[in-house]
Amino acid sequence: MKHQNRLQEIFTKYGIVFVLIVMIIAMSMIKPSFRTLNNILNILTQCSVYGILALGMTVVIVSKGIDLSVGSILALCAVIAASLGQSSTASTKYFANMAELPIIVPILAGLLIGAICGAINGGLIAFTGIPAFIATLGMMTICRGFAYIYTSGKPVSTLIPSFEFIGQGRLLGIPMPVVIYLGMIIITKILLNNTRFGKRTFAVGGNINAAEVSGVNVKKILLWVYTYMGMCAGVAAIVSTGRMVSAQPGLASGYELTAIASTTIGGTSQSGGIGTVWGAVVGALVLSVMRNGMTILGIQSYLQQIVEGVVIIVAVILDMRKNARKA
Amino acid sequence: MEKEKDLLQMVNIEKNFPGVKALKGVNLNVGYGEVHALVGENGAGKSTLMKCLIGLYPVSSGDIYFAGKKIEHYSTAQALTMGISMIHQELSPVLYRPIMENLWLGREPLNRFGLVDHQEMYNKSLRVLQEIELDEDPRTLMVNLTVAKMQMVEIAKAISYDAKLIIMDEPSSALTEHEEQQLFKIIRKLKKQGTSIIYISHRLAEIFEIADKVTVFRDGKNVGTEAIDQLTMDQIITMMIGRTMDEMYPKIPCTIGETILEVKNLSHKKYFHNISFEVRKGEIFGIAGLVGAGRTEVIETIFGMRPKISGEIWINGKLAEINSPMDGIANKMGFLTEDRRATGIFAVLGVDSNIAIPNYDQFLSKIGLVDDRAVTKGCNEFVEKIQIKTPSLKQAIQNLSGGNQQKVLMARWLMTGPDILFLDEPTRGIDVGAKAEIYKLITMLASEGKCIVMVSSELPEILGMSDRIMVMHEGKMTGLLENSSDLTQDTIMRYATGTQDDF
Repeated sequence: MKHQNRLQEIFTKYGIVFVLIVMIIAMSMIKPSFRTLNNILNILTQCSVYGILALGMTVVIVSKGIDLSVGSILALCAVIAASLGQSSTASTKYFANMAELPIIVPILAGLLIGAICGAINGGLIAFTGIPAFIATLGMMTICRGFAYIYTSGKPVSTLIPSFEFIGQGRLLGIPMPVVIYLGMIIITKILLNNTRFGKRTFAVGGNINAAEVSGVNVKKILLWVYTYMGMCAGVAAIVSTGRMVSAQPGLASGYELTAIASTTIGGTSQSGGIGTVWGAVVGALVLSVMRNGMTILGIQSYLQQIVEGVVIIVAVILDMRKNARKA
Repeated sequence: MEKEKDLLQMVNIEKNFPGVKALKGVNLNVGYGEVHALVGENGAGKSTLMKCLIGLYPVSSGDIYFAGKKIEHYSTAQALTMGISMIHQELSPVLYRPIMENLWLGREPLNRFGLVDHQEMYNKSLRVLQEIELDEDPRTLMVNLTVAKMQMVEIAKAISYDAKLIIMDEPSSALTEHEEQQLFKIIRKLKKQGTSIIYISHRLAEIFEIADKVTVFRDGKNVGTEAIDQLTMDQIITMMIGRTMDEMYPKIPCTIGETILEVKNLSHKKYFHNISFEVRKGEIFGIAGLVGAGRTEVIETIFGMRPKISGEIWINGKLAEINSPMDGIANKMGFLTEDRRATGIFAVLGVDSNIAIPNYDQFLSKIGLVDDRAVTKGCNEFVEKIQIKTPSLKQAIQNLSGGNQQKVLMARWLMTGPDILFLDEPTRGIDVGAKAEIYKLITMLASEGKCIVMVSSELPEILGMSDRIMVMHEGKMTGLLENSSDLTQDTIMRYATGTQDDF
């Protein structure tokens, strides 16, 4: 009896991991091509961009917030970074007389723009008290607008080779986007679980009033939560630009929803104070494996969207039942 | 059948939750037109029994007879139609909708097109409101009513269901004395019409005023049912806690040292004016007064949760500038808040996070990260020192009993190493055993030289624990009293009601 409870407990806690494993095993049996190393690296590469967004989103949702603007921030960061990373051979240059810059410049520019946009989100939420949903909804269209104005609606392409390396190169045989994703996983994990900032983020999401009484500077925490989210969008922008060796202002539209979905599938609770980094990773992988698998099986892409939606809803229902049982 | 003489009979009710026997064979009989009071400490089983009665929880075993019929396996909606209605302690009205929509929520009258018939709803509401003499337009939004009137609306709702039995859970806790009298008037009227009332309350005085019978609960059992005129207040208390009162307070005299905290002419824009007092090392300073007297606001202002408009706070002889709880903590203050759920615990987080939140600075490794092992060690020390009962440090605090939650919060503040500890209603909502432990802990802290400022609405607690007592009335201090054996609850009440004023 006790043994059974324990099994049940493990299953409810790690249920989504079992789902992922079952999906992988099933796909491997149906299509041997799924199992190839290349395809596995492909799956990881494909989820790296929204996977990185999901990491930041986990921090945001743990603080009982939401960020709808990350897709647009990503696009803005990407076009700015790309414009600073163009090769001298480009036929249409954004800065006509500019020499080729070292790769660090576009990278830092992308991160900085992301951080600034995130800080604006965080500042609005912390200091004016407007709901995160509204603040980031506004920023979503603002950043998208800036991205279009900056590029006059045209793509920015022909980038320097080191940009291409970020998107398509390999380090010890691992694609660079995956390397960067792994790095961000580790950073976010440490940030959320091993720093005072992380501990206080859980407290703010868990009970903002109690956090205040306990001497937590709630405004500062919120400011940094969204700033970190913005920086994640900056990193994702660099990866995305590298993969396509170009950037265009319509990029990553709807990615905020994929990021929220990954986080949610991974068990991070919208009611705040509960969430894990590995959950966001597993959630992103579930979506990626599902997309990859359905494509290999030749399932129509419209149908794929429907399946994805169902999976998100079912995952949250299961998650709520898990939390309800605890209470 | 012979069971007919009482409206309600609950026979040998048991209710088991995983790991807990909440009710251990409870019997309760309520007659027609009877006001039956239920008393007992929190966790004694009153609320659980009532939740079983209204169909919220299924009973594990036992029988319920209502109006002569055995009833079982029913939902709350079915209980309502049978005539069992409950007015919950925490009202949950739909604030931004009118009274009438709240009254008929879930059974809105419809016209022949199947749309809501607002005129009919209005007329029916008017009739019910008249019945309880509540002079409000049914179209008034709930949010514009006082708590007392919201409660009246709840009662009106119960009446509109033709309730034969109305359960009132702590109905007076948010009412002024005048409003309370109005409530009693309605109860008497209902009683005359043959409606039975189950009245749950902690305030024994009002039970003597309104109840016909009283049933006392302790540890999931009913320990006695008597007609109210057969009992004295002391007898009820002794039945409730299973021992006499004077064993509760372990207050030992401590050496009282130099002045630590000095408050000079502190005023708040709205809540209080010109408060001055000092608290010394090793002293327990009680603040008494009625709800709304401004007691909580005074200590919240000292701690930095509210802005002051004038006055000074001196700590260890130095003028302190405190504008936020962060400043308060930096000045070696700790603050155990009144409302544990709203401003105390992080419900979903573990015991360790709950203790460590203001204290992570103590547990940083060389590279600035939080050293989890040190946190665990630090938390464990306090778990042992003040005997927190928890299966593990990772257990979510919401799964602990109220008393243990309170101890976790005490541990949180003790870990900050405070010189001054503010305790706002430190034993509210916790059972009697845990209460005694909290008192022991407070005494121990005083003997360690901390200075303790305790706000409490329970006069026995104030008298049992404090060295000195400040009494407040409507934002003003009316008395600053040395606690001695001849100081009585009556004296404090005279100051608290403003009948006596030394300033």
